Amino acid sequence: MRRSMLFLPGNNPNMLINGNCLGADAVIFDLEDAVSPAEKDAARILVRNTMRYMDFRGCEIIVRINSIDTPYWKPDMEAIVPYKPGMLLLPKTGTASDILEADAYLTQLEEKLGLEQNTVGLMALIETAMGVENAFAIATASKRVRALFLGAEDLTADLQCKRTKEGREIEYARTRLVVAARAAGIAVYDTPFTDVNDDEGIWTDARYAKALGFNGKASISPRHVEAINSVFCPTMKEIEYAYEVMDAIELAKKQGKGAIALHGKMIDAPIVARAQQTIAAAEELGIRREED
Amino acid sequence: MNKLVASIREAVQFSGLKDGMTVSFHHHLRNGDFVLNMVMDTIAEMGIRDLTVNASSLFDAHMPLLNHIENHVVTNIITDYMASGLGREISRGIMENPVQFRTHGGRPSDIALGRTPIDVAFIAAPTADPMGNCSGKYGKSACGSLGYAFADAMYAKKVVVITDNLVPYPLADFSISEQYVDYVVTVDAIGDPRGIVSGTTQITRDPVGLVMASYAAKVIENSGLLKDGFSFQTGAGGASLAAAKFLKEIMLRDGIKGSFGLGGITGYMVDMLEAGCFQSLMDVQCFDLKAVESIRNNPNHREISALHYASPAVRSAVVDSLDVVILGATEIDTDFNVNVHTDSNGFIMGGSGGHSDTAAGSKLCMIIAPMFRARLPIVTDHVNCVSTPGKEIDVLVTQGGIAVNPKNPELKQRLAGAGLPVIDIHELKEKAERITGTPKQRKKGDRAVAEVIYRDGTHLDTIYNVK
Repeated sequence: MRRSMLFLPGNNPNMLINGNCLGADAVIFDLEDAVSPAEKDAARILVRNTMRYMDFRGCEIIVRINSIDTPYWKPDMEAIVPYKPGMLLLPKTGTASDILEADAYLTQLEEKLGLEQNTVGLMALIETAMGVENAFAIATASKRVRALFLGAEDLTADLQCKRTKEGREIEYARTRLVVAARAAGIAVYDTPFTDVNDDEGIWTDARYAKALGFNGKASISPRHVEAINSVFCPTMKEIEYAYEVMDAIELAKKQGKGAIALHGKMIDAPIVARAQQTIAAAEELGIRREED
Repeated sequence: MNKLVASIREAVQFSGLKDGMTVSFHHHLRNGDFVLNMVMDTIAEMGIRDLTVNASSLFDAHMPLLNHIENHVVTNIITDYMASGLGREISRGIMENPVQFRTHGGRPSDIALGRTPIDVAFIAAPTADPMGNCSGKYGKSACGSLGYAFADAMYAKKVVVITDNLVPYPLADFSISEQYVDYVVTVDAIGDPRGIVSGTTQITRDPVGLVMASYAAKVIENSGLLKDGFSFQTGAGGASLAAAKFLKEIMLRDGIKGSFGLGGITGYMVDMLEAGCFQSLMDVQCFDLKAVESIRNNPNHREISALHYASPAVRSAVVDSLDVVILGATEIDTDFNVNVHTDSNGFIMGGSGGHSDTAAGSKLCMIIAPMFRARLPIVTDHVNCVSTPGKEIDVLVTQGGIAVNPKNPELKQRLAGAGLPVIDIHELKEKAERITGTPKQRKKGDRAVAEVIYRDGTHLDTIYNVK
């Protein structure tokens, strides 16, 4: 479960060694935008060693490598893949063939390292107009693609519009990505809220992303993690309702009924599916039903 | 009767100060204090030698003391805290006699019991009247509480009040009464307001500090102590203040009405008082302008003396009724002994202040410290100096987990039950050392530069010179 994914600069040892203490479900070690070209090799070594020596139990490691139009992405993969990151975040993914290129090299590396194929997943960072338009093709290009991720900063530059706190300029991209990911049956994550000093705005932005259907949200500030976790966590009321739905279904089966109502509302397949998702999320987070 | 004298020199003369005697000072003007230096310079000019300086704390504003040490004007120092600039020099072994470190409760207790008699107390007073009634609440050099000066005033053989704001008799809202005062001197300025109180003490925005603060608040929430009547003390450090902010949110959310906030008081504690988290603040020292303003205007914000705050020799002190205190550490060992006197190289850079007093008095003593500072793990096998014995410490909160003293299994169970990341202190040490490596033990020098005296007067540890 990735409610929150926290970006940590790959060239900042203090942030890296504290990365697993900041409450995020996943951390994204960044080798791309946070690191200047002169420091690419140093950051790569630092991130590799962090993965090699540090215990990140309970916190998934994702690494943002450099995009495939740079000379860095292959050395990035070579350094990182042996330490089996949860996923690699592939920036500036614009087409399905970008995925295929990354996929092919990953397959080579996995073979060389004796890893099972598709051990390392890809999360496609969609941050260009081309990427948005190709979202479904990207999402279905390979089995490695486990999630789409919206990057609104680069996207708004590409769209030639201003990035605002309200985010109306990225409304289309957000909904388009959610639809593409759902159609492909993979997860989808929202862009970070970039005003690190706005401790209230993050709540509004995260609630909006959840309302659109995103699975979680990235953050560039550790101070935003708690809000994101809290927003993307199912509420006790939702969990209780989900269990009631499952109990009702169970009862209907026993009684041999085809359809059943709960609180005066018919329970249909989508409601059951939603209830199952909620219970799965609650179990993963260790949240129990109150009477348990 | 006329207590007003023309100058500090005249006051020293009239006080009968002679070679080998003891003079005392309080530290309410903190790093803005002019008085200690003015008095010691005068004493040196007058040719008096071999004095003991008993100061409740010494700051780097007091670096001129080094000259007086070199010239044998000052041959003994008794204090509760010494800032790093002075501490570094003392650690080189420049004094023949070791500095005696006491605590904020032990110092007034030893003064009252006659263990450390004071011949002449010099009391910097932001406002005074001609008979010596004085207060820290008013005047251009206002510092709020004068808590640390009470024992000096009550027990010194002679008492000199030094002020830069003389008001007509009587100063009705006095802190220290004229009955103790022999002489009153006016000077242009007793201190620099910029060094006396901070504008506002800021809570940390450092993410690691915030994680620790949020754990600290959750430890208190789940300790079983957070209920109506709750009492609390915290330091002025960034993470401690953030913990107070989180605690305030929990108290307001759950409608908990505490009894008192204690200690060095910051604006954040004033916010808690004003929000109804506490009935009163018991204030031995103000840290910022908001605290000074509050103690001046809010009758529920009470000034207390250091004796009342923390003395182990009085019938009861406020620390004895304290539920929770949050404290810091430069190092803590696997037996939970805490060092707040020296840095990792062994140089003096602090002191107990109220650390061991509040640790001993409180029901729950929590240390907040990062898992590592610079390249060194915070948890060691043996601290360089025992400032507060491990038996008084209940829990260590770091970003890498919460270590509970095995003496308190019930607390451990409560915290683990609440889903907090409880970790054995040895495991925490190993966790940090996996990243930093195991530091080599530093070799101590062969000369004692300071003795650490516990609040009850017993000897706790010796600090040696740094080669």
